Amino acid sequence: MGISYTLWNVLLGATLLGLVGGVLGSFALLRRQSLLADALAHAALPGVCLAFLLTGQKSPGLLLAGAAATGVLGALCVILIVRGSQLIKEDSAIGIVLSVFFAFGIVLITKIQRMPSGNQSGLDKYLFGQVATLVTEDLWVMCGIIAIVVTTVAVFFKELRLLCFDRAFGASLGFPMRGLEVLLTCLLVMVVVVGLQIVGVVLMVSTLVTPAAAARQWTDRLGSMILVSGVLGMFGAVTGVLLSSASDSLPPGPTIVLVSSFVLVLSILFAPRRGILWARLRERAVRLRIRRENLLKDLYTLGERSQSWTVLTPLHTLTAMRGQPARELRKNSRVLAAQGLAMLSGDEVRLTESGLQAAEKVVRKHRLWEVYLTRRLELPTDHVHRDAEAMEHALTDDAVEQLEERLGSPVLDPHGKPIPPRIRP
Amino acid sequence: MQSTASFLSGSKASIPPLEVHDLTVAYRTQPVLWDIDLSLPEGYLIAIVGPNGAGKSTLLKAVLGLLRPLTGSVKIYGAPYAQRRSWVGYVPQRESVDWDFPTSALDVVTMGLYGRIGWFRRPSQRHTDLAYQCLEKVGMHDFALRQISQLSGGQQQRVFLARALAQEARLYLMDEPFAGIDATTERAVLTVLQDLRKEGKTVVAVHHDLQTVAEYFDYVVLLNMRLVAAGPVGTTFTQENLQLTYGGRLTVLSQAAEALLAQRPGVKEAEMK
Repeated sequence: MGISYTLWNVLLGATLLGLVGGVLGSFALLRRQSLLADALAHAALPGVCLAFLLTGQKSPGLLLAGAAATGVLGALCVILIVRGSQLIKEDSAIGIVLSVFFAFGIVLITKIQRMPSGNQSGLDKYLFGQVATLVTEDLWVMCGIIAIVVTTVAVFFKELRLLCFDRAFGASLGFPMRGLEVLLTCLLVMVVVVGLQIVGVVLMVSTLVTPAAAARQWTDRLGSMILVSGVLGMFGAVTGVLLSSASDSLPPGPTIVLVSSFVLVLSILFAPRRGILWARLRERAVRLRIRRENLLKDLYTLGERSQSWTVLTPLHTLTAMRGQPARELRKNSRVLAAQGLAMLSGDEVRLTESGLQAAEKVVRKHRLWEVYLTRRLELPTDHVHRDAEAMEHALTDDAVEQLEERLGSPVLDPHGKPIPPRIRP
Repeated sequence: MQSTASFLSGSKASIPPLEVHDLTVAYRTQPVLWDIDLSLPEGYLIAIVGPNGAGKSTLLKAVLGLLRPLTGSVKIYGAPYAQRRSWVGYVPQRESVDWDFPTSALDVVTMGLYGRIGWFRRPSQRHTDLAYQCLEKVGMHDFALRQISQLSGGQQQRVFLARALAQEARLYLMDEPFAGIDATTERAVLTVLQDLRKEGKTVVAVHHDLQTVAEYFDYVVLLNMRLVAAGPVGTTFTQENLQLTYGGRLTVLSQAAEALLAQRPGVKEAEMK
């Protein structure tokens, strides 16, 4: 497939927007201003129409100036509503401004399209974007804006970090936080305005927020988050445009948004540490460990009666203790056997020597904690078992030693059962 | 403006670190602070105490110029705050920031140096070393590169404290440095405050726990929208003044406090390391 001049322009334009949207979107996301950016984009629509109505021309520079004007006006309205009214909170104010400005824009577009000169004005492309109309001149404008944004972010990186993380502290140091906010908002307006031609007012916010939210999943550093966000923005743009050009039925703007959103979903699921999948796996690992430790402990308590811990115990005896199905017990026993802690023969299981040691450790934690609760918090002895059931899996070896020391190495738990010593005599 | 050099060589008590004159602050039409006149001595640990909504945090914010007062003025070592920024360290309330922000403990502490680093310039190795030293002072050296959401509440509070230490100020304003922290952090914070006092610094802290005021602080400011009393703990932190500050609520409060005190030894022990 050869790349035509138009496709080349579209690719370049969308990529540049993806980059700059991702970079600035990080700041919008961290400052919780995603919705404000959305309102700003929607509020740009009536500006485009008014510029056309007032001048009768459709040169992009003029229309975009109009877009910037009403976009800023919309953002100001949000601020004024929040300050002026004690009852309307910011999210409601944004909702109101967004719909009012957008409705006004739609009314104007309809009016323009009914005018004799209006039907070829092509203003409706600002609704959902229309990359195919990008010309080289537009690309130069975009390059300029990107240069401004990237330079500003690089130069004021330290100050912007301060603004986003702790505005009050920054102000106490004497940095003009209000000025930095205005600067950031101006950059946002510029990006929204160039984005209008590509993805349109309705979907503009996605090019800002989606790559940033995805990037946040992959890193815990502000600098790398901005970088990753920019890269993901570009990736979404390139993939979206190529998919769209390969098919007749995929409009480029929405396709870019869908690709970015897909990347976001993958990030939420699979990113290391923050990803949902790994969290579930970690939870599962803990759950399994707790079950195995419980099995060890149950085998120990059963052996305690006869003072012989390494005799075979039928699985159904263990089922009776904790109500766990035999199937589950067999599975856990096999894992313990693989670790050399237990031996499984038929429907019976027994501890090995090292299994006994591991079991003693769990029992020690349980009983020491019970002593601690009854002695120090003076809880009645029949109230401590449940808490100890949880703590026996949570206490670290260090904490147990400290605990034992503080309690003066007790020999018996509150129920009169012996606490296994750390080192067997 | 008072020259720094003459002040430094001058006698200790000549210029108070913090002087508030005729200060009134209002949010919209609701006054929060009325006619506060206050002059605090140097080299003390000073608690600001008062019920919820008494304007304690507001007082700190007004001193820092974060809020514009309706009337009145604030002087830090005899000059307006704008001229004394580098002499003042600030610890905001822990809940005032988003701890899920993508940044490390070290980055947060380095922010305390931003004022000295100045516009545009990036922190250098020297600044990073300084930040590490401050983390060391609050026992958080090993957590320097942790993302801040992975720290416990007490550890986050210590990071905030380390950031203020990095400011190397002479007057520290702290908004509830003891709020919602574990026993270990409480001791660590107290040690830091006492070290600051030893160095002749002044610490003004909003404090909620009436039980520990006398133990931790030397000087107390009782506030309930108006200034009720200010002075050394021994003479000012009296039942009578507290009654004036908290109104009728204190009788209930003191009963609750006594009940708490009865449990306290056990509770303290329970907060194991």
